[in-house]
Amino acid sequence: MKYSRREFIRDGVTAFTVSFAAPAFLSDIAMAQGVRSRNLVVLYLSGGNDSLSTVVPYKDPFYYSRRPAIAIPAGQVLQIGSDTKGNTLGLHPRLTGLHSIFNDGRLAVIQRAGYNNSSRSHFQGTDIWGTGDPSSPSSIGWLGRYLDTLPSPVDPLIGWNATRETPRALMSRTVAVPSIPDARTYSLSSPNGAAEALNERTAATRMSSNAAGDRPHLSFVNGTVRGALDTLDRVNLVNQYVPSVTYPNNGLALALRTVAGSIVRGIGTKVYWVQFGGFDTHSGQGNAGGGGYANLMGTVGDSVNAFYNDLRNQSLLNDTLMLQFSEFGRRISENGSQGTDHGAAGIMLAMGGGVRGGIYGSAASLDPNPGNPTLENAGGDVRYETDFRSVYAKVLDNWLGVNSTTVLGADFRAGAPAII
Amino acid sequence: MARGNWHVEHLLRRAGFGPNAEDLARFEESPVALAVDYLVDYERRPDDVDSKIGLPAYVSVTTRGQFSPNTNIDDARQRWLFRMVHTQRPLQEKMALFWHNHFATAYSKIAGVYGAVQATKMMALKSGELPGPQGQIELFLQFALGSFRNLLLEVAKDPATVVWLDGRTNVKARPQENFGREIMELFTFGLGNYGEQDVYAAARVFTGWNLRAALVAGRNDDPNSYYEFVYNAAQHDVAAKTFTFPVYSDGNKTIPARAAADGMQDGVDFITALANHPETARRLARKLWNFFITELTAPDPGFVEAVAGVYLENKTEMRPVIRYILRSQWFIDPARWFTRYSWPVEFVVRSIREVGWNGFSVDNARTPLTNMGQTLFEPPDVAGWELGPGWFSSGAMLSRMNFAATLAANQRFNLARDVGAVARRAPEDALAFFLDRLSPAYLDQGPYNDLLTYLRANATWPATDALLNTKSAGLARLVVGSSEYQFV
Repeated sequence: MKYSRREFIRDGVTAFTVSFAAPAFLSDIAMAQGVRSRNLVVLYLSGGNDSLSTVVPYKDPFYYSRRPAIAIPAGQVLQIGSDTKGNTLGLHPRLTGLHSIFNDGRLAVIQRAGYNNSSRSHFQGTDIWGTGDPSSPSSIGWLGRYLDTLPSPVDPLIGWNATRETPRALMSRTVAVPSIPDARTYSLSSPNGAAEALNERTAATRMSSNAAGDRPHLSFVNGTVRGALDTLDRVNLVNQYVPSVTYPNNGLALALRTVAGSIVRGIGTKVYWVQFGGFDTHSGQGNAGGGGYANLMGTVGDSVNAFYNDLRNQSLLNDTLMLQFSEFGRRISENGSQGTDHGAAGIMLAMGGGVRGGIYGSAASLDPNPGNPTLENAGGDVRYETDFRSVYAKVLDNWLGVNSTTVLGADFRAGAPAII
Repeated sequence: MARGNWHVEHLLRRAGFGPNAEDLARFEESPVALAVDYLVDYERRPDDVDSKIGLPAYVSVTTRGQFSPNTNIDDARQRWLFRMVHTQRPLQEKMALFWHNHFATAYSKIAGVYGAVQATKMMALKSGELPGPQGQIELFLQFALGSFRNLLLEVAKDPATVVWLDGRTNVKARPQENFGREIMELFTFGLGNYGEQDVYAAARVFTGWNLRAALVAGRNDDPNSYYEFVYNAAQHDVAAKTFTFPVYSDGNKTIPARAAADGMQDGVDFITALANHPETARRLARKLWNFFITELTAPDPGFVEAVAGVYLENKTEMRPVIRYILRSQWFIDPARWFTRYSWPVEFVVRSIREVGWNGFSVDNARTPLTNMGQTLFEPPDVAGWELGPGWFSSGAMLSRMNFAATLAANQRFNLARDVGAVARRAPEDALAFFLDRLSPAYLDQGPYNDLLTYLRANATWPATDALLNTKSAGLARLVVGSSEYQFV
């Protein structure tokens, strides 16, 4: 008999007795205990990050012949050594912040992550990464399904979305994750003064607590109203956070600073979602020195580095795992606009006190020969080597302490890089 | 304002921005079909809304120096909001909003390339007010119910599109795929109908579709400078392009090789094929189901086939399509009233129309709209906004509640005066007045009682003027900020 954790909680001891003989289920519970303070921070780079400019195969001659205008010169990359197949790699020169984390042994680089038959669509790609299900990308999200496994009632701040829209990954059956793009504006106003404002807040809380009968859409909006009213006061606590480092002045750094504040204040959030866009670099991508892409890399590297140092200074790095990815990598050959079009496999990065730093997986050979097994689409795009769901499985099993097969609907542990 | 003709009110919420008192009086006894024709045949109504900007009887705009909606994007946003509040052609504005989401183009990328003045002109220039082609939103107004094929062609040549999807950098030596991909994935038939070789071929079709600068003193920041579409034959890939689907009505999948001078015909042929493809018809039908019928259930296959049929029979003309939808049983069904999640601009415009605007500036809606997740002229990406439940994150819902508070505070005295004239005796009367003036979905007994409890809290009735000043604003804020009010 199969029981999900949620059913177990609902049905209590009976379910436990029924499932007593199932070792996987027991280990699931065991995993859940003792990992309560851990959190996962997803940093999603939207638009399709050009992985070959992030982690540069600077000794592959085809990298230079296929990207004459935008290749990063070999002499400028930040060297990180070689993968197991002997491909020598370097980070983009503006990623000095990530380079120092790599040198601390706390950054894992997972090459060629992806899945089969990518449509190269931003939107389907985002949904597939969000659900972990290429065959049904409009279902609820992989992190939402994780939140569904937590014992009810869950804290309304168990998840924290630092972007405006709720990403597919956080869509859940049972938990409405609040979106807090800017904690400073996350407040409730009233046309009236204190006592009357309180009357209004009480009325709004009561109204949204009514059962909406046969109108599930109304129940849904009521849930978001309550989610907002239930989280206001604690989010306000985070506003007063004074970090231990100076963060750069940009939106990504502001979001990470807020996440750090939430972690330091012990809000209890298990999953944070942070998003940073601008990676759809069809034109004017630039190379090492300037251009749009270099600025993106500078922002990511410096912001993540500030976040890392802030948590490390406060001895909280061991509680945090940051996972970073994008919806696809880009075509290998540059186009005539000094940019790159939509491609297939990309990279994932993991950062945190529990991360085993290093390079995982192997770089593609960029030889455009259609028979090159590391490429697809007649040598046009990088073929995936590591199923991205195996990384999700690793994070679920070994970090969040939940049985990954329950959340992902199948066993994707095979071939998972040992990043934690 | 007396409500009662619920069919017409539903129509005016969905196909417009909610009824006002004048609409309700006009259609009090009318069959819904008459109101449909009134909306659909909008050319019979005056196109004079812009002439009312700045007049005292209307919602205000906030000027910083001169009001410059053709060259300042915040002023362009104010002009559009003003139009939505006061237009006499609500369906035309509603369809412009629909097309803005369908052909989602964001100002900021264009401003990053050509600066604020040119980017605003590309998004919002009203024809004739300054030199240069009309802005994209004016195109959407012009083609609101016109031929989709013609609209698609105009969008492909639209300067804002050419910048937004990088067509201006598409050259024959190494074609650029952004526009070629998105016109198939998002503007027409969608995923599953093309492959990578079609993306490569489509990119080549649009090589040479570019912009020409007409600058005064070489300056982008001169309001008289402009950019316009140009077909650059020297950058067009003249070789034949073969697709996996038919481009011509005889089933031929290959656009023939042409002389460079004639090469623009490649794109015209391709756009004509995409617009007339049956899967484009079905995809538009599904989007229109979600926009006009309901977001609670998947599109009825009967609806999709019927609407796609009307579209194809009428050579992609949208007017008969929309008329068919608004007159259909799918639309009229009372079970589908208040079953679409309102877009932030719909919410804001409807609340201004219902709560009141005397002394209120639409500028006060700009920042709240951003926090609600809908900045006009700034969709998050080329797929448009995340509709339906996607609008309703907790942060966005807070912004809706807070906008309700801002508007209610601003209209406090108008509201108190109106309610005081007829309904100061008992809280039930005051609540009845507000539920007639505002238009939430049906309130169950629970929230109804909660509102009465609020009116009674720290209050004695019959109400003094001071109490009405307080409770009117509080009640308007609660109703407009309620879950029931978030649907159209």
